[in-house]
Amino acid sequence: MTAPYDVAVVGGGVVGCAVARRFTLAGAKTILLEKAPDILAGASKANSALLHTGFDAPAGSLELSCMQEGYAEYLAIRERLNLPLLESGAMVVAWTAEEDAALDQIVALAHSNGVPDVQRISRSEALTREPHLSDRMQAAVAVPREHVIDPWSAPLAYLLQALENGAEARFDSEVTGGSFDGTHWRLETPTGEVTTRAVINCAGLFGDRLEEKLLGQSEFEIRPRKGQFVVFDKAAARYLSSIILPVPTERTKGIVLCPTIFGNLLVGPTAEEQDDRNRAFVVEETLRQLIDRAGEMLPALRDMPVTATYAGLRPASDAKEYRVWSDPARRWITLGGIRSTGLTASLGLAAHALRLHEAFGDAAPTPVAAPVWPRLPNLAQHLERDWQAPDHGEIVCHCEMVTRREIEAALAGPAPARDAGGLKRRTRAGMGRCQGFYCQGRVAQLTKGRFAAPLADGQCNDK
Amino acid sequence: MAAALALRKRGHSVTILEREAELGGVPRHCAHSPFGMLEFGRVLFGPAYARRLATEAQAAGVSTLLRHSVTALNAGGRLDLTTPDGVRHLSARRVLLATGARETPRSARLISGDRPIGVITTGTLQHMVNLEGLRPMRRALVVGTELVSFSALLTCRSAGITPVAMVDESPRLVARSVFAAYPRLTGIPLHLGVKIVDIRGAHRVEAVTLQRADGTQFEVACDGVILTGRFTAEASLALASHLEVDPGSGGPVVDQYARCSDPSYFAAGNMLHPVETGGWCFREGRRIGHLIADDLAGRLPGSEGAITLKPGANLRYVLPQRIAFGGPKGFGDIQIRVARPVSSGLVMECAAKALWSRKGAALPERRILAPLAALADAKAGSTIVVRAREG
Repeated sequence: MTAPYDVAVVGGGVVGCAVARRFTLAGAKTILLEKAPDILAGASKANSALLHTGFDAPAGSLELSCMQEGYAEYLAIRERLNLPLLESGAMVVAWTAEEDAALDQIVALAHSNGVPDVQRISRSEALTREPHLSDRMQAAVAVPREHVIDPWSAPLAYLLQALENGAEARFDSEVTGGSFDGTHWRLETPTGEVTTRAVINCAGLFGDRLEEKLLGQSEFEIRPRKGQFVVFDKAAARYLSSIILPVPTERTKGIVLCPTIFGNLLVGPTAEEQDDRNRAFVVEETLRQLIDRAGEMLPALRDMPVTATYAGLRPASDAKEYRVWSDPARRWITLGGIRSTGLTASLGLAAHALRLHEAFGDAAPTPVAAPVWPRLPNLAQHLERDWQAPDHGEIVCHCEMVTRREIEAALAGPAPARDAGGLKRRTRAGMGRCQGFYCQGRVAQLTKGRFAAPLADGQCNDK
Repeated sequence: MAAALALRKRGHSVTILEREAELGGVPRHCAHSPFGMLEFGRVLFGPAYARRLATEAQAAGVSTLLRHSVTALNAGGRLDLTTPDGVRHLSARRVLLATGARETPRSARLISGDRPIGVITTGTLQHMVNLEGLRPMRRALVVGTELVSFSALLTCRSAGITPVAMVDESPRLVARSVFAAYPRLTGIPLHLGVKIVDIRGAHRVEAVTLQRADGTQFEVACDGVILTGRFTAEASLALASHLEVDPGSGGPVVDQYARCSDPSYFAAGNMLHPVETGGWCFREGRRIGHLIADDLAGRLPGSEGAITLKPGANLRYVLPQRIAFGGPKGFGDIQIRVARPVSSGLVMECAAKALWSRKGAALPERRILAPLAALADAKAGSTIVVRAREG
């Protein structure tokens, strides 16, 4: 019987991975429990991959402070983890007189949020920076430090650093029940019981359900909000270098047009409420609307081939703000309702959770003296990748230029890919314009026997 | 290959750059002769095909560089590559692009639904089954009724995969109607005029919802979807380069000599016309090899005054997209593809004056030719439109 953990992090999304890292480095004996075979199976697998300055976050909110703390920490640690940053900058673009009129407020909010380099720029300046933008644009505000990152390598790096410094992660381990005896939690999972002093709820789309299961009731209700995206062919990348942000409305940050760190352009997300917490399905009509909108903003996209379509479910709640709270008596912390800024805020939320945990009054653990810093393989298109090395061997995925040894490395190590999506997110293989036409057969052979849900089910003519 | 052999015959030095470990391309195709396919039901490829090509190339003195993947096309025939020895650059007097075509995947088709594993193209199916001996699904929904779609049915059969249905949005078979005999005889339900409106599955495909023209829906339980056909040019290098690309074909814009907008580059094969038969591509490749040799001998005209050909509504593309003025004969035919069935016939006209016409139905994925000679009197710099006839 193992000694109890200090902290069990429930949920292996971007927030859970960041929390596992933060607590591990602080010296806590940490376990991450994830119900899927791999990390990022829920909301975290599908977002716009932006690193936000917080210029437009609600003033004085926890969201703002977590975003800004997260932004700063990302910049401080990324080089040691070999995480890329595409310094694209952003522009909020007004397409109508009404939107133009809203820009001054956006600048004012940015300044009061501590982002002083947000400024109006002239229409001609905006079109000089982005000459392919439709000349129907009316006005713009520059947000120079809003950037693009790799949304999957970052949380993987956080988890790897946790694992390499003593944390444990268990997959296929949904927390199905549990009880608190005054000092410890006993959590039930399909892979066995876990005893821990504290629980940190990072369960995203099921954060409220976890509270109901373990606390008897939930303080909040998750109301999933789907966002659909269209990714254009890499040939589109030359037409845009910065993030184009819309003037936001009450309900949503709006539809963004931006580069991806993998060398594509993407448009999205929509904001659609739904009851189902599992199905993030795309809808043809919506995808066509996104494509039309992209073509309106950037006419060169009108005949641009589409590489990928995807959808994510935001764990929005019944209120706009983050649903973050802690109960020292039950040694419980919830980081819930992180509806759209989780990627940026994750490191900030992790730091906030540590501070909340410190208030539980336990003896402070000893931080890891000389932490191991894993270096992630670079997937960013603008930086050197394995195919450029002289001895890379074999290129398996030609559309994304992924080598065989990159795929083999992703299937090894302390946090290997355990399903097809996980392999894609660690390597880019199969993510390209041919969507596996040329390479999926080879990938199926390389991953034979590795995935619970295999790409190819057995040999031909097996019974 | 055919172009390389022709160029060798004309005494030029030729190098083939192949990104895979062996020649032959990934042999996805939809171009079996009907009888051959029905009799043999097999894609001929693999080591035997590659060996044959390698032998012919060697015998002819064609240099082949395997695992050499071109990553960028620069002006004037300068290429960036990645090779087993690292990043390299190569220059040639002329570069022939012949990167073929691939099927359109689920994402580009904008099909609604979850994104489970098991939604693949015929190319992936045939690679898995024939090259890796793997079975990507047990119960397949086959989408499409092109020639390649029937090849997919045969591949399923050879792998022990059960086709649970064959469906197509088109109300009529895209391939010649005689092919409907196959599903009929083998008891595979064939549904025409139905569209996929949902693919469901948590990890792997579980079911597909289809909608008929009258709006009613039905569900097919399956663990895989084979999206067949809808070939598009594999022309990502051209698209990313300075070369002009035709959005209709997805391939580079060429003139009647197969010359691209940068005359150091030529293009041949299914990247120009996704897809034609293997025989067509081979003959065309040979012709283009000779045209390149003619060009190197200074016999081809410049591009001043070139005529532009454009497809009208309902047409997918016309090829070539440019006709250089005042030179020797190049392609003899204009190749036309329609995107949707056109029943009123086709006409090729310049400023509303008809230069050529064709009666009767024009169907998608079928070869439609117009003689280039019909443009003999067209003026330099004019624009010719091929369109559906009114009425």
